[in-house]
Amino acid sequence: MTKKENKSTGLKKAEKKRQFILSFMFVIICAIILFPFLLLVSVSLSDEKDIVFNGYNIIPRVFSTNAYKYVFKNPTSILNAYKVTIFYSVVTMVLNTLVMALIAYPLSRKELKGRKGMSFYLYFTTLFSGGLIPTFILNTQYLHLGDTMWIYILPGMVSVWHVFMLRAFIQGIPNEIVESLRIDGASEYRIFFGTIIPLSKPVIATVMLFTFLNKWNDWMTSMLYINDQKLISLQYLLQRIMLNVQLLQQSQQAGTSDMIDATQLPTETVRMAMAVAVAGPALLVFPFFQKYFTKGLTVGSVKG
Amino acid sequence: MKEAKTTEMVKNASKKRFKVKRVSLQLYSMCIPAIISVFVFSYLPMVGVILAFKNYKYSKGIFGSDWVGFKNFEYFFKSKDFFVITRNTLLLNTIFIITGTVAALFVAIMLYNVKSRAKTKVFQTIMITPHFLSWVVVSYMVFALLNPSYGLVNALLSKFGIKGIDWYSTPNAWPVILTLFSLWKHVGMDSVVYYAALMGIDSSMLEAAEVDGATNFKKTIYVILPTLIPLITILTILKIGNIFRADFGLFYQLTRDVGALYPTTDVIDTYIFRTMRVVGDMGMGAAIGLVQSFVGFVLVIITNAIANKIDPDAALF
Repeated sequence: MTKKENKSTGLKKAEKKRQFILSFMFVIICAIILFPFLLLVSVSLSDEKDIVFNGYNIIPRVFSTNAYKYVFKNPTSILNAYKVTIFYSVVTMVLNTLVMALIAYPLSRKELKGRKGMSFYLYFTTLFSGGLIPTFILNTQYLHLGDTMWIYILPGMVSVWHVFMLRAFIQGIPNEIVESLRIDGASEYRIFFGTIIPLSKPVIATVMLFTFLNKWNDWMTSMLYINDQKLISLQYLLQRIMLNVQLLQQSQQAGTSDMIDATQLPTETVRMAMAVAVAGPALLVFPFFQKYFTKGLTVGSVKG
Repeated sequence: MKEAKTTEMVKNASKKRFKVKRVSLQLYSMCIPAIISVFVFSYLPMVGVILAFKNYKYSKGIFGSDWVGFKNFEYFFKSKDFFVITRNTLLLNTIFIITGTVAALFVAIMLYNVKSRAKTKVFQTIMITPHFLSWVVVSYMVFALLNPSYGLVNALLSKFGIKGIDWYSTPNAWPVILTLFSLWKHVGMDSVVYYAALMGIDSSMLEAAEVDGATNFKKTIYVILPTLIPLITILTILKIGNIFRADFGLFYQLTRDVGALYPTTDVIDTYIFRTMRVVGDMGMGAAIGLVQSFVGFVLVIITNAIANKIDPDAALF
């Protein structure tokens, strides 16, 4: 905004004060938002004995990184859950975004017959669903996806809202570009991969980010479908540790023997260190996508 | 000469028609993966709703199990759980919608008033971050605050001489706790949409109001807020359409599925899950799921029709 020169200095001062108050208010809001994060990190970096005697604190009274050493030394269960989660999160991020973009492009072409019908075919699934139990029985008894890696990858490939977001963005690309490429004899696949995808970077990045985070944060799939300990996801492992800290001890005993005595397990701090280790990667990914994020999100966010 | 021209034209036309056909064939082929995926994982389970009318036996499968008519529904509607979980779902979702909308609006409007772009970006980024955490991780944060032996809240209370509260066996506190954490997680993301709408406000309108001597407060009430009303209406209507669907993670993880909290935190989705996992009554669970899906469906249709009347552009279909 351009500053008006005819404004009196008094008004400017008032505006300055107002800006200061606003900033102050947001600093407080942000502090409230960050507070639980800080608490988590602080407990994870505290000394176990101090926690047991004095309770949690927002700043570590006695600093210690033992909990993290413990988490990352504990080889079997946690590292395995990391591997599984990273694998299916990355695969679905690429695969799902591709599948969704592939249908979003035809749906954005006004000349294509039946595109409204196809949109409704997708949209209807948000209005009515078979529900948890029929889905569960289908996946386990008929498709036999239980206890396989496929259960993480195949179901829920298409998110209708993401397709509509992609469609809205692609619609904003001038039609002349597509038409001129067609006249030059380019196939639709060539147009899609060579031109549409590069031009849709903001929305593609946004959808990839959301898909990745949805999968990374998924605990439900493991809880419902996985019994094989080698295939459980990180979030579900974390959930089980919340309800049963002994689980850490068990995996400990099953693991290598050169560890600290299992009875001396620093449960309180290790628990929180686990939570930080699970949440961390999701938060680290975010800044890489932020450049595109708000732009991709706000285009056609309300209506596809 | 003339003949040659017409044959040329016919040739061109058929070439063009062929090309159009080829283009649309390619376009249709692009849709196939998504269409198949949605068919298998969204439409096929719909067949499974017949379970709601059956006494499901694992050994007999969906189609082989015996029909029981509306018995599952009857049993559910007559149970005392029906009232509790319906009340909890509707009440808590209503609270979430109201507080969530007010908070998101407040944040968006205040953010709009911050002139520094750099600051705006920092504030927005921080406020969005909780959206990217799973409810499992958030449940650890809640536990760090409320855990009866080491939790921070009880430690603070004891400093003021108040005896610590065993939060995980105090059901009455949980509607407030859940609302606070729902707000905490969603306010940043929800405000993004409103903020984006505010960016589209014609600044000449604001300048005109300024010339007329409007204070900032008056500008907010008479210029900024009215421009948001259509968006607020639509988003609220859409949320009302989903009022029967609870956020399973919020209710299941934050309460750590503690039975003592069920009176105020048990919702339709957690109840169905327990019916399936703990009780093992698939037919009953499917029946409750069908009721939820059906009521949700009707509500979305109604609310969408209302949205359509208010602003046809804002309706979903």
